[in-house]
Amino acid sequence: MQEYFFHIADHLSSLLHADEIYTCSFSAEDSDFVRFNRSSVRQAGTVSQRYLELDLIKGRRHSEGTVSLSGDADVDRTRVAQLLAASREKLPYLPEDPHLLYATEVRSSEHHGKNQLPEDSAAIVASILEAGRGHDLVGIYAAGGIHNGFANSFGQRNWFSSYSYNFDWSFFLQGDKAVKTGYAGFVWNPAEFARKVEVAREELTVLARPPRTISPGRYRVYLAPTALVEIIGLLSWGGFGLKDHRTKQTTLLKMAEGNARLHPMLSLTENTRDGVAPNFQDAGFLKPDQVLLIDHGEFRNCLVSPRSAQEYAVPTNGAGDSEMPESIDLAAGTVASQDVLRQLDTGIYINNLWYLNYSDRPACRITGMTRFATFWVERGEIHAPLNVMRFDETLYRMLGENLEGLTSERDFILDSGTYGSRSTSSSRVPGALVKDFTFTL
Amino acid sequence: MYEHVVDNFRSIAPRVEFCSLRLVHARSEYVSVRQNILQPVSSSEDMGAMVTVIDKSGMGYAGTSDLTAAGLRRAAEHAGSWAHSSAGRSVVNFSTVPFPRPAGEYASPVQKVWNSLSLAEKIDMLRAENVRLKTDDRIVDWDASLWYTESDTVFVTADGGRVDQRFRYLVPMLSATANAGTETQSRTFAGRGYCRQGGLEILDHSGFFTAAPRIADEALQLLLAPNCPSGIQDVLLAPDQMILQIHESIGHPLELDRILGDERNYAGTSFVTPDMFGSYRYGSDLLNITFDPTRAEEFASYGFDDDGQPARREHLVRDGILVRGLGGMTSQARTGLSGVANARATSWNRPPIDRMANLNLEPGTASFADMVAAIENGVYMQTNCSWSIDDSRNKFQFGCEWGRRIENGKLTTVVKNPNYRGVSATFWRSLKMVGGPETVEVLGSPYCGKGEPNQVIRVGHASPPCLFADVEVFGGE
Repeated sequence: MQEYFFHIADHLSSLLHADEIYTCSFSAEDSDFVRFNRSSVRQAGTVSQRYLELDLIKGRRHSEGTVSLSGDADVDRTRVAQLLAASREKLPYLPEDPHLLYATEVRSSEHHGKNQLPEDSAAIVASILEAGRGHDLVGIYAAGGIHNGFANSFGQRNWFSSYSYNFDWSFFLQGDKAVKTGYAGFVWNPAEFARKVEVAREELTVLARPPRTISPGRYRVYLAPTALVEIIGLLSWGGFGLKDHRTKQTTLLKMAEGNARLHPMLSLTENTRDGVAPNFQDAGFLKPDQVLLIDHGEFRNCLVSPRSAQEYAVPTNGAGDSEMPESIDLAAGTVASQDVLRQLDTGIYINNLWYLNYSDRPACRITGMTRFATFWVERGEIHAPLNVMRFDETLYRMLGENLEGLTSERDFILDSGTYGSRSTSSSRVPGALVKDFTFTL
Repeated sequence: MYEHVVDNFRSIAPRVEFCSLRLVHARSEYVSVRQNILQPVSSSEDMGAMVTVIDKSGMGYAGTSDLTAAGLRRAAEHAGSWAHSSAGRSVVNFSTVPFPRPAGEYASPVQKVWNSLSLAEKIDMLRAENVRLKTDDRIVDWDASLWYTESDTVFVTADGGRVDQRFRYLVPMLSATANAGTETQSRTFAGRGYCRQGGLEILDHSGFFTAAPRIADEALQLLLAPNCPSGIQDVLLAPDQMILQIHESIGHPLELDRILGDERNYAGTSFVTPDMFGSYRYGSDLLNITFDPTRAEEFASYGFDDDGQPARREHLVRDGILVRGLGGMTSQARTGLSGVANARATSWNRPPIDRMANLNLEPGTASFADMVAAIENGVYMQTNCSWSIDDSRNKFQFGCEWGRRIENGKLTTVVKNPNYRGVSATFWRSLKMVGGPETVEVLGSPYCGKGEPNQVIRVGHASPPCLFADVEVFGGE
């Protein structure tokens, strides 16, 4: 695949006029998707896709275009030549772009993930169906190769490939009572999968107890890493980008420009070095190993795309156009995971949150729902599953004055998202003990 | 221009119970001017096909952008392999699902084609809107954009069926963001709600050329406005909030694949159960909801769904009673319930699942003035900006960009951060008045997410403003 992409890039270089520059990005995947419901197969299939995004630049004028490729080099040479020609035709009609910025220093790189996946997914699908026997299993198994590349007319070439699986599934007991589990990685380990299945089965027995409904009010809660990652994920949506900060649209405005701050134990980093995403972006800049976003409760750095860098005259730190973190790293605390129930004492153990959104953006107030295995805890013991509740709480309270502790162990969560393509985002997050967490409905 | 692909498919179609090819060729262009500066003009061309095989009770699919005979043969082999390996292990015996052998075509109505204006003319037009948006130093960000897509699909079955559909979509957008200190407020052109099928005539019909000064002025007003007051009040929802209310708390709960449990690991389940169809009181007598793929200008109109099922208008809720769900051929076969032609896929690389398409709230008889006059203490809310609902599609909370108090039958103070919450199962029973045909707006969204693997798809919603009694309302901090 790498050879194919570099061949296409070389072909583009050969078609370029002397006064033209190009940057191009390549993304491809060959994925198996098997969807399950009630421990049976709902939909099973394979998707092979390849896309090339070209930015043709002449002076400060440029035109962007994306085209799907077939994988056949002869066919695709024609397709990219047509894209180049169409882009060239547009250039005279476009004004100069004052915010155009692209890498001119050649920094090539390669990352080749080892393909340790089985030849086909049938055996794994069979083991999943076996694990679901006698239970109500629902979810998706996604697996295969993911490939990303960058090339420009200066001769820079970057390549990233990985071969991974992500089985995202739930065991349902009845109604909306379920245990959600993820098993993702690069080598499918039957013993590890069996262990996860067993843990989920054990948790199901607790869900069989009569559920408890609580009244709206303030409660002591434990947010498991799989719940806290939803809150950090929402913050990523408009919280850290330089453009959002300079246009005062960031939901962290009160922290960036006012007096608000989070708890000193909270430090958040875009940790590309320890993530699983490519370390290059569409304009050819490489990402630093780490960008510190929040430092002991205080806002520290924005994510800066090349375009924002040019617009606001600051250096880029390799962010993509969306200026969203892809490799989240929330520092661990000191609470031992096995001590969480004791420290929670009486309150709510939340494994999953769902459908978060801002209910007051300037105040960074967030609403959302509990979901899946959420439990009522009394005197350090799980008593009953909790019927779903809506929360509405500001970030500054939940991860500021009301944050009591973060766990010393963290979960490494590989994003199971597949909108358009399989995600390479990841998060390393602890759990959080929070007091006076507001439930409203 | 697609005949060679169709011929390739027919030459390689395997001898199985059922085999289809769904070819999608989408071209799009996005033109945006932000703060008077043209953003990179981006275009895209995406062409690929999905081959589906049903054999011996199993079903499999394969999506590929290699449309040569060899590429389609490989895809058919993959699809066949999945069909055979899932046979006897699937949620339904796919051999019993009566997939059609369709014939027909559909085309979006277009009065003013996209290329009737040159790229330079479109840029000039968006620059002019930028000037109208930047009315004050406190406007700190503003932009105007057009997102145009042409999508041609060809659905072919190995036994001779064929459907050709040509879609043309336009998504216009305007926004202004105002700031003072740590207070920031934005107003937009109904979010991206004025997305429709058609050409540049949509800009005239939607009021695109007159909206900018109002949008900027309202963003500035919100900076100075008090928070929306809290309490149990009447709520009058504008069409650009009604579309979200319909989408989240009627559309999604009625999807049969949710009711069957397919989405429980991701998008969620539904509080609706199969026994409710035909008798359950979803809302007051004033509530009438239709699935209507025939309203030509609406965003998700079509002649056939992605399983080749002919599409027609159906009532889902009639006089407040739930009568029909949103499910295509597969879901209908699995539940034994009647449904609609709504098996849809976001593109060639995702399989069809039950989606909403156009879901409309039928007009009543009230004028906007009648509804305002009927409210003693309430809030008028416009333009969704926040949405959240539980996985059963019951407990919801929605927020809007713009609010105005209604006191003693009159619109009064502008309020910021208007939010309300409720429960779907009871909320629609508090529907008190429904706007007449003259108040209906045809709107939609380019972004409805669902499915594993994930899919984002276009939906259309037409609605008048509606009045709800005794709703829990609140504002910001």
